[in-house]
Amino acid sequence: MSTYNSAAIEEFNGGVWVFCEQRQGKMMPTSFELISEGRKLADELGSKLYGILLGHNIEGIAKELGGYGADGVYVCDHPLLANYTTDGYTKVICDVIETYKPEVMLIGATNIGRDLGPRCAARLHTGLCADCTHLDIDVPKYKEFLRSASTLTPEVIDAIKEDDRNLKMTRPAFGGHLMATIICPRFRPAMATVRPGVMKKAEFNQAKADACEIIKPEFSLTEADMQTEVVEVVKAAKKLVDLIGADVVVSVGRGISKDVQGGIKLAEELAEVLGGVVGGSRATIDSGWLSADHQVGQTGKTVHPKIYVALGISGAIQHKAGMQDSECIIAVNKNDTAPIFEIADYGICGDLFKVTPMLIEAIKAAKAAK
Amino acid sequence: MKIIVCVKQVPDTSGKVAVNPDGTLNRASMATITNPDDLNAVEAALTLKEQTGAEVIVISMGPPPAEGMLREVIARGADRAVLVSGREFGGSDTYATSQILAAAINKIGVEKDDIVMCGRQAIDGDTAQVGPQIAEKLGLPQVSYAAEIKKDGDTLTIKRMLEDGYMTIKVKTPCLITCIKELNAPRYMSVGGVFECYSKPYEIFDYNTLKDDPLIDPTTIGLKGSPTNIFKSFTPPQKGVGMMLEGADKATCEKLAGILAAKHLI
Repeated sequence: MSTYNSAAIEEFNGGVWVFCEQRQGKMMPTSFELISEGRKLADELGSKLYGILLGHNIEGIAKELGGYGADGVYVCDHPLLANYTTDGYTKVICDVIETYKPEVMLIGATNIGRDLGPRCAARLHTGLCADCTHLDIDVPKYKEFLRSASTLTPEVIDAIKEDDRNLKMTRPAFGGHLMATIICPRFRPAMATVRPGVMKKAEFNQAKADACEIIKPEFSLTEADMQTEVVEVVKAAKKLVDLIGADVVVSVGRGISKDVQGGIKLAEELAEVLGGVVGGSRATIDSGWLSADHQVGQTGKTVHPKIYVALGISGAIQHKAGMQDSECIIAVNKNDTAPIFEIADYGICGDLFKVTPMLIEAIKAAKAAK
Repeated sequence: MKIIVCVKQVPDTSGKVAVNPDGTLNRASMATITNPDDLNAVEAALTLKEQTGAEVIVISMGPPPAEGMLREVIARGADRAVLVSGREFGGSDTYATSQILAAAINKIGVEKDDIVMCGRQAIDGDTAQVGPQIAEKLGLPQVSYAAEIKKDGDTLTIKRMLEDGYMTIKVKTPCLITCIKELNAPRYMSVGGVFECYSKPYEIFDYNTLKDDPLIDPTTIGLKGSPTNIFKSFTPPQKGVGMMLEGADKATCEKLAGILAAKHLI
């Protein structure tokens, strides 16, 4: 098994790294988010920030990462890396980590990142925290985060010692009922997968992109390392809904059950009037009423649009975990005790099939009057 | 041919969740269920059993009461069960858990035709890490997010879901697969299965059963051996209650539209 953990923590001084995922030569948006967040962590640690980019014929997309804060990018180019495979990517990343010894490694929590991260952490014998939504090094900054994002008392927060220099990785657990901050004190790199759409992308800076250093590390990879074969990569035929980028999300829940198609149609009409997209609770996805790309919540996507409309959604904690940071939440539900009303800015207790058409007309009229 | 399925007993977080004043979960007050994705792994194993006659062995790490869940999986059609249980294993993070489960799977034995199956992730931790980490510790190839599995001899062709489509992956046995709900619809327990579930083989692997495996090193299992620790846990604040609008008629909707316009949200 792995012997990587024999190195002392102090030897891991190779900076903060971000795995920059690309698919078919196109950078995944989460790579830019993580480079932007990684920049802050590297500054707190007083170290450098590097991207690590794997693929084939992908050097051309590396420098753009500099524009979001990377000091350099390790580019690992090989025909066997053209498509993502667990075997190929894990081997190359672990070999390069062993050589350059980063102290922190961030990976986007995509379906690929969540396959790659645990395999690498197990091989490197280090800790990995899954699907993080907040990261800190400096304790004073972490305390400030707790003051706004936790119910801990000021006394408890003030008592936290300020000398801890571990990466503090915060994530929801138990469907969003609890938050946990995890550290990896004995091993490096401290690894985290980070939920896409949560970290904010920095302003792009062309001068920094031009100055970004390209490093081509040595690694070995042969057919013998590959235990799986990618036969094909198929893009979904229909255009997927862009929940994360939307300014307005109109979501439906179990409340549409008496007329599923009619309920979805009303949500689409309201979304169109407001300039948004349609989302759904876990119940609507589990029942097959909407495809999985529409799911908002702990097991779906985290959204923070300007307007979030919840139609017939009771507001299970796992749903709230994915939308409660929206700027303005509007809830329509027949049940006046539905938990969604606890977090809604504006609640209407009524039948969504009756209220929604009136709301569409009222919004059309209000927009016309402007 | 054997199919070893890893399952976990979890608190049902879809219902009411009780939190202690210190910010930890009050597990005692909550109902437990078999982790939903794990039931898809069980179903996939039972489907392959029907096609190939494979033996299905269900394995779980947890406290002794998890026996009830394992018996239920036998009642669905599994042939035997193993509970990995011991004080030494308590407090394990995903890394330590995968070491222990990998040692237990080694004890059962993974041969050339065999498959290890897991659910994609458990609803208590939502990490999706234990499956891939078991695969690494066993030195097996892995395919995660499986939405379709076809077996032809020793080759499996798997549809692996991505956010924006899917990959088709070929892998040979032995291998580890993590399953998602799109894969199948789990069957219920059969009446015959319920009658028989307490007469099928059931074993407990404790620390002494596994201690000779090199993976069971006291420095890499349990709370002390876990690379990650909890620095702080807390409950998030509830967003303040907003405004309930009077009524649910045309005037109510016009009032709301007026507020949105005044706030420049529309």
